[in-house]
Amino acid sequence: MPIKEDHSITADTFLDGVWKDNPVFVMLLGMCPVLAVTNSVVNALAMGIATTFVLICSSVLISLLRKLIPKEVRIATYIVIIATFVTITDYVIQAISLELYNALGAFIQLIVVNCMILGRAEAYASKNKPLKTMINGLGMGLGFTIALLCLGSVRELLGNGSLLGFSIFGAQFQPWVVMILPPGGFFVLGSWLLLFNWIEERKKNNTATSKVSHAGAAASKGAS
Amino acid sequence: MPTDSVSFIFLNAFLMNNFVLALFLGICPFLGVSGKLKTAWSMGLATTLVMLISSLSAYFINQLLVYFEIEFLRLICYIAVIASAVQLVEMSMKKFSPTLFRALGIFLPLITTNCAILGLALFQTFKEYNLIQSLAYSTGAGAGFVLAIVLMAGLREKLELANLPNTSQGAAMSLMLAGMLSLSFMGFAGLGN
Repeated sequence: MPIKEDHSITADTFLDGVWKDNPVFVMLLGMCPVLAVTNSVVNALAMGIATTFVLICSSVLISLLRKLIPKEVRIATYIVIIATFVTITDYVIQAISLELYNALGAFIQLIVVNCMILGRAEAYASKNKPLKTMINGLGMGLGFTIALLCLGSVRELLGNGSLLGFSIFGAQFQPWVVMILPPGGFFVLGSWLLLFNWIEERKKNNTATSKVSHAGAAASKGAS
Repeated sequence: MPTDSVSFIFLNAFLMNNFVLALFLGICPFLGVSGKLKTAWSMGLATTLVMLISSLSAYFINQLLVYFEIEFLRLICYIAVIASAVQLVEMSMKKFSPTLFRALGIFLPLITTNCAILGLALFQTFKEYNLIQSLAYSTGAGAGFVLAIVLMAGLREKLELANLPNTSQGAAMSLMLAGMLSLSFMGFAGLGN
C-alpha cells in the first residue's frame, strides 16, 4: 500500500524535534557524542552545529533523490551520502579551528554512525518533500543542540566552575572534577531524564486529580 | 610497560580506556540490548567478531589509501567495509549456525551503526598501529565491550526486582547505573603508569 504523502507544513514539523520528539531526551538517539563531547559548552555547541549541518544537508539530498534510490540498497546509499557530508564538515572544522578539531577528536567523523541522522533519513527524508524535510531537520538539529547545551553547561559549571570559559563561582570554588570526566556524563544525562520524568509525572497526576474532582462533583450533583 | 607493547595495547582498550565506559563509544547497544544477560552475551560476541574483521580490513585499506594518496576517502571506505563485514557475518552465521542467527535477529544489522566499530578503525589509524598492534587493539576493545555490556545486563536484571519510584524507572536509572560502573572503571586509569 503506497503511503500518501502529506505535504502540509505546520509549526509541528519544526517543533516536534525541539520538544515532543527531542532526539536525545525523548528518543535516546545519538547518545555517544551527547555524552562524550559535552564536557564544555564550546565543544557541545560546535558538535551540535556540525551535526545539524550534516543532518539538514543529507536529509535534503536524500529527499531529492528519494524516487531514484532503489529500495534494496537504500541504507548503503544513505550512509555514503552522510559520510560525504561528514567528510566535508571534518575538513571545514579543521580549517576553522585546529584547537576545536583536536578537542572533538574522532567524534566529528563519528557523526556518520549517529543513529539520529540515519533514523531521520529512513523515517522522514525518504517519504517527504525537500522543504518539509529541511524544516524538520532544522528542528531536530536544534533539539539536539539544545540537549547538548543542557548537558554541557551543567558539566562545565560543576566540573570547572566556569561557563563558556568565564569563571562563575570565583577562585575559592572547589571544582567537582568527576563531572567533566566520563562518569559525569552519565550522571548528568540521567539527572536530566529524571527531571523530565518528574515533570511528566506531575502533569499526569494533575490532570488525573482534576478529572477525579470533576467526576466527584458530577456524581454529587446527580445524587442531589 | 612500554606503551606500544601488545599487552599494554590490549589492556588499554580492555580496561583503562574501555570503549563504552571511558570513551563513550557504542552507547546505543549498551543501553538498548543490555536488558537480558543472554542477549547481551551474544551481542557482545557478534560485535567483537565484526570488530576483528573490520579492524583487519581497515588496516589494509588504509595502506592502499595512503599508497594512492586519497586519504580523504577514508571515512567512506571504512563505513562501506564495516557494512559489508556485518553483512558477511550475518550471511555466514545464517549458513553455519542458524540458531545463533535467530537468537540475535534484529541486532545483527544494527551493529553497522555501532560507533565503537568505526571508532576502533579510526583510532587505530590515528595511532598508526601495525598489523599485530591493530589486532591486539581490536581484541581488547571487543573484550572490553563484552565486559561492559555483560556487567550492565547483570545489574539491570537485578534492577528489575528492585522497588523504584515511578519517576526513576527506565532509561534514567540505567544511565545512573552506567555512571557508577564508569566511576568504578576509573580505578583502572592508573594501571599503566
